[in-house]
Amino acid sequence: MNAVTATHAGDHHDHDHKPKGIGRWLFATNHKDIGTMYLVFSCIMFFIGGAMALAIRAELFQPGMQFFDPGFYNQLVTNHALVMIFGAVMPAFVGLANWMIPLQIGAPDMALPRMNNYSFWILPFAFTLLLGSLFTPSGGPAGGWTMYPPLSLQSGNSFPMMIFAVHLMGASSIMGAINVIVTILNMRAPGMSLLKLPLFCWTWLITAYLLIAVMPVLAGAVTMLLTDHYFGTSFFNPAGGGDPVMFQHIFWFFGHPEVYILILPAFGIVSEIIPTFSRKPMFGYDAMVYATASIAFLSFIVWAHHMFTVGMPLAGQMFFMMSTMLIAVPTGVKVFNWTTTMWKGSLSFEPPMLFALAFLFLFTIGGFSGLMLAIVPADYQYQDTYFVVAHFHYVLVPGAVFAIMAAVYYWLPKWTGTMYDMTLAKWHFWVSTVSVNVLFFPQHFLGLAGMPRRIPDYNVQFTDWNVVSSVGGFVFGFSQLLFVWVIIKAVRGGPPATAKVWDGDMTGLEWSVPSPAPYHSFETPPDMH
Amino acid sequence: MFNRKFVSALGALITSVPALAYESSYNMPVGVTPVSHDVYALHMTMFWVCCAIAAVVFGVMIYSLIKFRKSVGAIPDKTLLHSTKMEAVWTTIPVLILIALAIPAARTLVTIEDTRNAELTVKITGYQWKWQYEYLGKDISFYSTLSTDSNEARQLNSGIDVHTVKDYLLSVDHPLVVPVDTKVRLLLTGNDVIHSWWMPDFGVKKDAIPGFINEAWFKALKVGHYTGQCTELCGRDHGFMPIAVDVLSKEDFERWVADQQAASKAAATADTSQATASTVAAP
Repeated sequence: MNAVTATHAGDHHDHDHKPKGIGRWLFATNHKDIGTMYLVFSCIMFFIGGAMALAIRAELFQPGMQFFDPGFYNQLVTNHALVMIFGAVMPAFVGLANWMIPLQIGAPDMALPRMNNYSFWILPFAFTLLLGSLFTPSGGPAGGWTMYPPLSLQSGNSFPMMIFAVHLMGASSIMGAINVIVTILNMRAPGMSLLKLPLFCWTWLITAYLLIAVMPVLAGAVTMLLTDHYFGTSFFNPAGGGDPVMFQHIFWFFGHPEVYILILPAFGIVSEIIPTFSRKPMFGYDAMVYATASIAFLSFIVWAHHMFTVGMPLAGQMFFMMSTMLIAVPTGVKVFNWTTTMWKGSLSFEPPMLFALAFLFLFTIGGFSGLMLAIVPADYQYQDTYFVVAHFHYVLVPGAVFAIMAAVYYWLPKWTGTMYDMTLAKWHFWVSTVSVNVLFFPQHFLGLAGMPRRIPDYNVQFTDWNVVSSVGGFVFGFSQLLFVWVIIKAVRGGPPATAKVWDGDMTGLEWSVPSPAPYHSFETPPDMH
Repeated sequence: MFNRKFVSALGALITSVPALAYESSYNMPVGVTPVSHDVYALHMTMFWVCCAIAAVVFGVMIYSLIKFRKSVGAIPDKTLLHSTKMEAVWTTIPVLILIALAIPAARTLVTIEDTRNAELTVKITGYQWKWQYEYLGKDISFYSTLSTDSNEARQLNSGIDVHTVKDYLLSVDHPLVVPVDTKVRLLLTGNDVIHSWWMPDFGVKKDAIPGFINEAWFKALKVGHYTGQCTELCGRDHGFMPIAVDVLSKEDFERWVADQQAASKAAATADTSQATASTVAAP
């Protein structure tokens, strides 16, 4: 960034000059460039993980083994999860945070730009390691993304590759989280008190604290697996006095907050979009902040609901049942607040609003099945069946992923300076929303009727719903190409977007800068008093 | 085929009559134990409570989507920002609903955890990829693996139409055999990795973990043949270690036990005589 010697023309600011060539990306310190890289990376991972999902749905289309060895099927299941969670959803949220947090709080950039660069560039290495492990002689990790020992300890050479990949992902996430916290706490425009912070920033601030709290726990858990495998320790090996259930406790102490890491920023996005297209400020802003904080707190005391069948004491099961049920209260507050925001509003249905509404309905369905799963005696029947698969895909796909798509459709004109093809985006919405339900709703039935998860083949009684689910899966998968096409078209050009972009009720600072947003956001902070 | 299923699905949704839902391919089985009946009732209660909440919440949402559209000239009421009264209501009501749901759930859970006064104890050990059943104090022990015809059909591109295989992937060579109307206690452990023993019709699912002994119990009220599967990912053939249980009348069970004991005694004698013979023959 050679601002001093910049020979700019017209009314453009000199700081708008971007570094040229590959160096702009390799040595990027600009929050927008890094945000873009995160989002592109996430999109690539979404398609790699999606290809694995389609391979899984192809094998499950009919009973009998048609395409894969059962061992390879397990590798697909394991890597689909790891790629989607750590490669697609989390980087997408970090990308959105990079792009939007400085714009929303009136800051010139993220607080720690060099670390921002590291935290992104670690990811391609992490996923090269993880995906490269699929080509080792004994194949990739196949013990499930939860890596439960003793099964995961039976892995071959892919094992240390997966562990190191997880370490790198964790390091990247922690750096990203530190950056978000430092930026939000220190770089807000003067007069922007915490209770004036946009809800997307609030949810990300809380998410960042969750990340810092639990990523080291995951790192510790996988390191113990590593030493159990290669250095003769017995943390989780019963033959040496270890305890395989302890791994599950440690893993889910990470894993449950992780679930909220994947959904809280989505809550933030929806809380930005619904008021805009309802032309009415968010109802119960303070309650939304407190509800988010309550959910984050509760996420630390519900972990064992993932493991009701391991044989816990009665009192433990009771505690985890009750604490899990409690989560319904703050989550309900959020849903009610979104609904009341629409009440007596003036609604219009642009693509971001459509995706936010689909989120509202379908995430709530995922919430209902979550409440059912909290009931321990019933959970004994649901645990590790397709009912659980349906539940978490409802909260992650029409939940988290739809929120990411809503965010892209909401802020894309701000990024590219052009309006995208609304008709095509609406097609993308309708095809995705119908097919995602065809894909995941029948999985509730499969689970209740007795189909366990993570099996490559099944009894013929499960055929019908698997056919339906696979058809939905393929339609959903291929309809995402529309999404990419809409973005590519918008990047290449289109009708120019105004600074405000949408005809709605927006108070956010990101709408006060021109579209596309200047390379450096706010040189002089806006006064928010 | 589909039509019939959708009609019966609709029927069950409307009535939730246990008999109708029993052979369903979309709902939890009612099962044949008192616990499975309780669990089914809990499940349906939860389902209907969720439906009721959904009707209200989605109803308000859909009403808003129709009534407050900009295209029909809706004017936003920007004063509607906050209401302590409303917030108190929609925090309190869910709490009350949750308490009401937690009470029967806790009661059932206490029953499930009470493994006392069992009349028969079976130790179940999970292996990659089969189950071992040991009848404690009865000197009966055997392994239970996927039946041969299923195993042949499930090989990659076996060319066998799986529809022609009886109980494809759910049939075993030696099912667990238990008496009807008897409290059977299960002691579960794993030999290599973690497995999970699930019998949907009994409402029992418990992990079989190496180094741990877990307890579970059931009391089957109906004679019959029941099937389930391993539900904890346990490696390559996790999908191919089914569970089958034959519930016999008490008399039939006694006869079965006698047969097994006689057979194992005969086998032991044969072993001994063989061993003796081989010792004799050895020099």
